[in-house]
Amino acid sequence: MDRLDQIVAEATAAFSETGDPDALEQVKAIYLGRNGRITDLLKGLGKLPVDERKAAGAAVNRAKEAVESALQQRREALRRMALAARLAEEALDVSLPGRAQSRGGLHPVTRTLERIEALFRSIGFAVADGPEIEAEFQNFTALNTPEDHPARSMHDTFYLEDEAGRVAKGILLRTHTSPIQVRYMQAHVARYAGLETMPEIRVIAPGRVYRVDSDATHSPMFHQVEGLWIGESVSFADLKGVIGDFLRRFFESDDLQVRFRPSFFPFTEPSAEIDMAFTSGSLKGRWLEIAGCGMVHPNVLRHVGIDPERYIGFAFGMGPDRLTMLRYGVNDLRLFFDGDLRFLRQFV
Amino acid sequence: MKFSETWLRSFVDPACSGHEFSHMLTMAGLEVEHEESVAPFFDKVVVAEIVAVEAHPDADRLRVCRVDVGTGEPLQIVCGAPNAAAGLRVPCALAGAELPGGLAIRVARVRGVESSGMLCSARELGIAEDASGLLVLADDAPVGEDIRRHLDLDDRLRLLKLTPNRADCLSLEGIAREVSALTGIPARFVEVREVEPSISSKRPVVLDAPQACPRYCGRVIAGVDARAPTPAWLRRRLERSGIRPISALVDVSNYVMLELGQPLHVFDNQRLGGAIHARMARPGETILLLNEQTLELDEDVLLIADDLHPVAMAGIMGGEDSGVTLATTEVFVESAFFTPAAVAGRARRYGFVSDASHRFERGVDFAGTRRALERATRLILEICGGQAGPVTDALAKLPERRPVRLRPERVARVLGVELDAGRIGELFGRLALPFSRDGDDFVVSPPSYRFDIEIEEDLIEEIARLHGYENIPAPAPRALLAMLPQSEHSRPLTCVRQTLADAGYQEVVNYAFVEEAWESDFAGNTRLIRLANPIASQLAVMRSSLIGGLVANLAANLKRRQSRVRLFETGRCFFRDAAGSPVPGFRQPWKLTALAYGPALPEQWATPPRNVDFFDIKGDLELLLAPLAARFEKGTHPALHPGRSARVLLDGEPVGIVGELHPQWQQKYELPLVPVVFEIDLDALTRARLPQYAELSKQPVVIRDLAVVVDQGLELGALLEGLEQHRPPIVREVTLFDVYAGRGVEAGRKSLAFRILMQDTQKTLLEAEVEVAIQQLVAYLKEAFAAELRV
Repeated sequence: MDRLDQIVAEATAAFSETGDPDALEQVKAIYLGRNGRITDLLKGLGKLPVDERKAAGAAVNRAKEAVESALQQRREALRRMALAARLAEEALDVSLPGRAQSRGGLHPVTRTLERIEALFRSIGFAVADGPEIEAEFQNFTALNTPEDHPARSMHDTFYLEDEAGRVAKGILLRTHTSPIQVRYMQAHVARYAGLETMPEIRVIAPGRVYRVDSDATHSPMFHQVEGLWIGESVSFADLKGVIGDFLRRFFESDDLQVRFRPSFFPFTEPSAEIDMAFTSGSLKGRWLEIAGCGMVHPNVLRHVGIDPERYIGFAFGMGPDRLTMLRYGVNDLRLFFDGDLRFLRQFV
Repeated sequence: MKFSETWLRSFVDPACSGHEFSHMLTMAGLEVEHEESVAPFFDKVVVAEIVAVEAHPDADRLRVCRVDVGTGEPLQIVCGAPNAAAGLRVPCALAGAELPGGLAIRVARVRGVESSGMLCSARELGIAEDASGLLVLADDAPVGEDIRRHLDLDDRLRLLKLTPNRADCLSLEGIAREVSALTGIPARFVEVREVEPSISSKRPVVLDAPQACPRYCGRVIAGVDARAPTPAWLRRRLERSGIRPISALVDVSNYVMLELGQPLHVFDNQRLGGAIHARMARPGETILLLNEQTLELDEDVLLIADDLHPVAMAGIMGGEDSGVTLATTEVFVESAFFTPAAVAGRARRYGFVSDASHRFERGVDFAGTRRALERATRLILEICGGQAGPVTDALAKLPERRPVRLRPERVARVLGVELDAGRIGELFGRLALPFSRDGDDFVVSPPSYRFDIEIEEDLIEEIARLHGYENIPAPAPRALLAMLPQSEHSRPLTCVRQTLADAGYQEVVNYAFVEEAWESDFAGNTRLIRLANPIASQLAVMRSSLIGGLVANLAANLKRRQSRVRLFETGRCFFRDAAGSPVPGFRQPWKLTALAYGPALPEQWATPPRNVDFFDIKGDLELLLAPLAARFEKGTHPALHPGRSARVLLDGEPVGIVGELHPQWQQKYELPLVPVVFEIDLDALTRARLPQYAELSKQPVVIRDLAVVVDQGLELGALLEGLEQHRPPIVREVTLFDVYAGRGVEAGRKSLAFRILMQDTQKTLLEAEVEVAIQQLVAYLKEAFAAELRV
């Protein structure tokens, strides 16, 4: 039986020496092929005497199994080696940058406007829009600011030329978003004319506005957000509540103070200027003007067909450019209108 | 309105001071815009008299002064000022004094001579810029008096940013009245006694326009010395109010205006002829004003005229020809009430404002007309001498102050806080608003100096102001809950913007007024909307396209060494359009415009570089519109390359353009590469369709490829659309996956490869059915586009 052990040992050694599956299959043929050495031994069994045949057969079969097992192991080993080689070959430098795409971004003031809209929507304010070339009537007269009212000099107004080159009468670039109030209320009144009780008006109106003014802190075009809430019992206290809540949510901070101080707008009475101050940080303690506001003047309500004895409410106009500067620490208003990608990409 | 605290305290003297005082005013609606000290900190500086001046033994420029500082023991002080002279009274910093900037004064030797202090210039005390010599004090300045006290240097100045409704605070008396209301401390006002006439000269006054000028007081003062010096205290008060002293007569009229709020005008009486008329201007009338402007007056301008000429724009500015000069010896002093409506806006129309017009257009106390005249008369007599004539007091119908009713329950409703009748009465009392009670209601009679109390809300504001806005609570508001509409048939602008940002574009915001050239270059606009008063010539025309702004942004960013630029803007564009709405004559649609320039992808190792082209940006636009599919038709546009631009149609309507910038603009605007842009009506981008479910097929899908050859020049848009319309029912999708011309394809032809996806909803397709469908497509392509099967 030494011979069989030797064959097994030889076969195992021969398998181990093969480096790839094809070579292995060729070596396999030497032992297990049609004329292989194990096959030959099996074929030779028939020539043995019957009493030896059984034992010899068993021994050859054991040897055959041993060779097959060695073959199988080598196959496995080769497969593992091949896989390892493939993995090694396919390895990447994963530290290289990804295939670059680029992402743009929204303008910082757009971010602010969207936040303002979202916050006010969450307490039921709709969002409205209005024309930027506006009628003098909506911009001033309907807002209780007749021609020659000294308050008109608070707004340095852009006027337009007609096609003959004369100053067009009654037309201007809106100086504030308040005319949207007028248009919105008119539409609201018309829509609910048949009802016993007019549904509440709760609306904000963001937009671009224009004034003849240009220096480090003024831009001839800037943004405003108008707000309006008219109902049967909307008070100055509610105005204070809404604005305080808004500012704390907008800045995600309770560390701020809000103050209302008396002011004047022809279309609100009482009127207030809203200032806020942070209680920490670099701007700590400085009062910053945020908005003008007040209770809608009865004349304005009457103008649009709302009974001021029955309905009452507030309006405000705030400066989202200013809010954006405070929120993101921007120190120069002009950057917003300069289109400088180095600045704008900071808000992606 | 700028005022001196010392002056104010001569009327009312509250306990609070400094920032606390400013805060009180600000919180009452008189916003303190600026607060400053008259002088910086320094101490131990007194009034001194130079007794003798001798040359310094060792220095040419220095002198040795003997100085009396009121201690009885003269000091020796070395001084370099050129104006040091015996007999002058000047400020002297004593040994131990600290001057502005921390300079400490000690007894010292100056070039060998002992000096026990320092004589000071105005600049050394920090009160003026003048450093040319010692600050010379009045001859009667009390020697030894602390200079801060002598010159009132502890005074503080405040600039009020008054709102137009508070004309009553455009005077020291008015501010004092307000401070008194805020603090409850009574104010003491100037006592003005009438001046008995000592001559009989008078000038008749005719109120030709009584609704514009219902009251006019005037008087002649003869024998005045116009050259008399204005007393130091009066000069100081003017200067601290920001008004430059000019001459005694002018100074007095300004002083009374500041003190009482009544603008006055002083005429040279000898340059007036006949009666004084307050009348409206006549057509074509002109006047030469004190500011040397000659104006042609509109007929709604109120004039003061003598029998021959206009002599002043009433309440705005006097005329040059009737004004006082240093040679004037006889004056006619005017104190009148011009109604706000008669003055409002007139000065601004002519491009200027004056202290007088500022007050009259907001409202001047019509009960104080005579008092101001008497006050001015007294001051003129005191300063310039002379004899006063009798007052001519022309009076028509003054404005009425209608009583205003206040309902306490309305106060609660407007303010959201309950104030009882006792509190309301107390507040009205402090405001000196006379009232009576009618049941629960208050009936208030507004005083003549308040032009801002006409309706109940005005009184509510007064109550809120005095009660303190900060004392009104700020509760969370209560309201009826109602959901807002949330339409799925449109998509919000924010989604549109975000999609484009995610595709690599950065949003910008540009001015809506642009350079005129952009309108012709990028929009071919011939019906410009020009501003009548632009801030600059390159910001003079309203834009009808956003392309110009983006091209300018691109150029600016290229200068900042940005090589790959993707920009977009959303904004209104402006067109003249007779059918425009809601503002007639103008159409103001929103547009979205995007621009791409430079490498298609950021520079990187992983992808070979190439520049962005038409199809990149068209793809971005298709992404933005998806799932809606637009049609792209060849079209020309002034901004774009005629062979590389398209009109964009949605549901058959033109909604925008896309294409490469025209090479001529690329050259003109100095762009090294060509940008690709699209501009789309925002309406089109916010359209959305409600999804509708269709049954899914369980049957297997059959896929076939098909290659055909067509003429090189054939536009494929129509072919693709045609295939879509003519596809047999089992063909679910046809995708063009290759376009090729070159080797293997006949010259002048191009090869198109389509992948065709077929499926039946009910059964497995038979090979014969598939074959029929393919043949139908081939037949259609052959018939409509002369396409041949590629072999």
